Amino acid sequence: MIDWSHTALTIAVILGSCLTLAGMLIWVERRLLGVWQERYGPNRLGPGGCLQSLADMIKIFTKEDWIPPFADKAVFVITPAIVVITALMSFAVIPIAPNFVVADLNVGVLFFLAMSSLAAYSVIIGGWASNNKFAFLGSLRAIAQLLSYEVFMGISLMGAVILAGSFNLSDIVNAQQHQWFVIPQFLGFLGFFMAGLAEAHRTPFDMPEAEAELVAGYHSEYSGMKFGMFFVGEYLSILLLSAMTVILFFGGWHGPWLPPVVWFGLKMFGFIALIILIRAAWPRYRFDQLLSFGWKVVMPLALINLLVTGGVVLWRAG
Amino acid sequence: MEVLFYIAAAVTVLATLRVITHVHAVHALLYLVVALIALSLIFYLLGAQFAAALEIIIYGGAIMVLFIFVVMLLGPLAVEQERTWLSPSAWVGPSILALVLLGEVGYLIASGDHPTMAVTEPRQKAISIALYGPYIIGVELASMLLLPGLIGAYHLGRRLSSEARSC
Repeated sequence: MIDWSHTALTIAVILGSCLTLAGMLIWVERRLLGVWQERYGPNRLGPGGCLQSLADMIKIFTKEDWIPPFADKAVFVITPAIVVITALMSFAVIPIAPNFVVADLNVGVLFFLAMSSLAAYSVIIGGWASNNKFAFLGSLRAIAQLLSYEVFMGISLMGAVILAGSFNLSDIVNAQQHQWFVIPQFLGFLGFFMAGLAEAHRTPFDMPEAEAELVAGYHSEYSGMKFGMFFVGEYLSILLLSAMTVILFFGGWHGPWLPPVVWFGLKMFGFIALIILIRAAWPRYRFDQLLSFGWKVVMPLALINLLVTGGVVLWRAG
Repeated sequence: MEVLFYIAAAVTVLATLRVITHVHAVHALLYLVVALIALSLIFYLLGAQFAAALEIIIYGGAIMVLFIFVVMLLGPLAVEQERTWLSPSAWVGPSILALVLLGEVGYLIASGDHPTMAVTEPRQKAISIALYGPYIIGVELASMLLLPGLIGAYHLGRRLSSEARSC
């Protein structure tokens, strides 16, 4: 018997906090970038500038929502929704605390991979539907990027799956009660984190939107709330990447003294800060560099990691 | 649950029809993605969660992205081409053949001589044991088939030396 009220409440809490956090992250990122670049960042509106996201939202809502006449209208309109929907769907399988999860699927890891591969459509199709050469170049780069990260993303996850013996994310967290998987699976962690950065289109792998080269890449033609959706989607995928890293490699909600939700939040914030620091400090790569690095370095390492992990687990089982 | 199955099945069939009848190749492929997602929902409803997830990851995600990648580069001329291909003479033959199949399916359903819908819950482990146990030859044959493909792709994509390029 499914407890509907419990499920509905969990969905409401997770949806609400994800969207609010994604909005607030815009301000957090600008402030943290300010700290690391020795300037203030937005600090005028509200205490410490924390209402800046609200002001941004009002601005974005009141802007003209322009669909270029040369665009493929239907596809152009659907695309921004795909980013947000796929990112929010992935949060359905993320266990924030014991029993605090919307759908405890026993193929949770695969569900996350499926959603992340569908999310790629938004970028590819969005750039194509804009019918603009800069946007199209952005989506071509997005495909090159997808081809390079998607395979080793899955493979570097599998080490953690083998150690936990389950695709279920709650089981994976519970298997890390005594030792975080980042220690036996350090290579897997590096591979996954790199793939995640590429999937969220964050520096150093933000080639599809590369402002300095392609105007704004795949979302050059988007304005108003449609552009806002791409923006929120990007921050949602940062949240998702940090949440998945914490769950798969850093023990999820496990930690001494503090309640599980607090531990989860603290660890997640650590990774969000790391992602922003990477943006502040790291220049962008070329996409052929990512392709060759992905296939010639990370992919073999991930395969070796998988082989050794499997071997060790079988040897221990006797 | 059966209602969900029929909805998903209807979406699959309608989306697949649009794949065939749509003149715009990229739109048709997007319908194909929808059809694959609906198909994966059917797998899920039948209890095959593993197959459902793989359906989306491999077909919906990886393979369709490559299809769209290629078709995207065709440009607007392709629409005219498709329109000429959709003339009656092109689709009448296949439609008659498909109708025969439809008749067979209708007969099987009407005669009541069909296997039940629910499969015994297949788990990842059971699938793996089956693949690497009794069906190991199939897996090995498939990998032998893939290896020449890989080598061929490597051969075509290799960097030519300066001597080879000059002559």
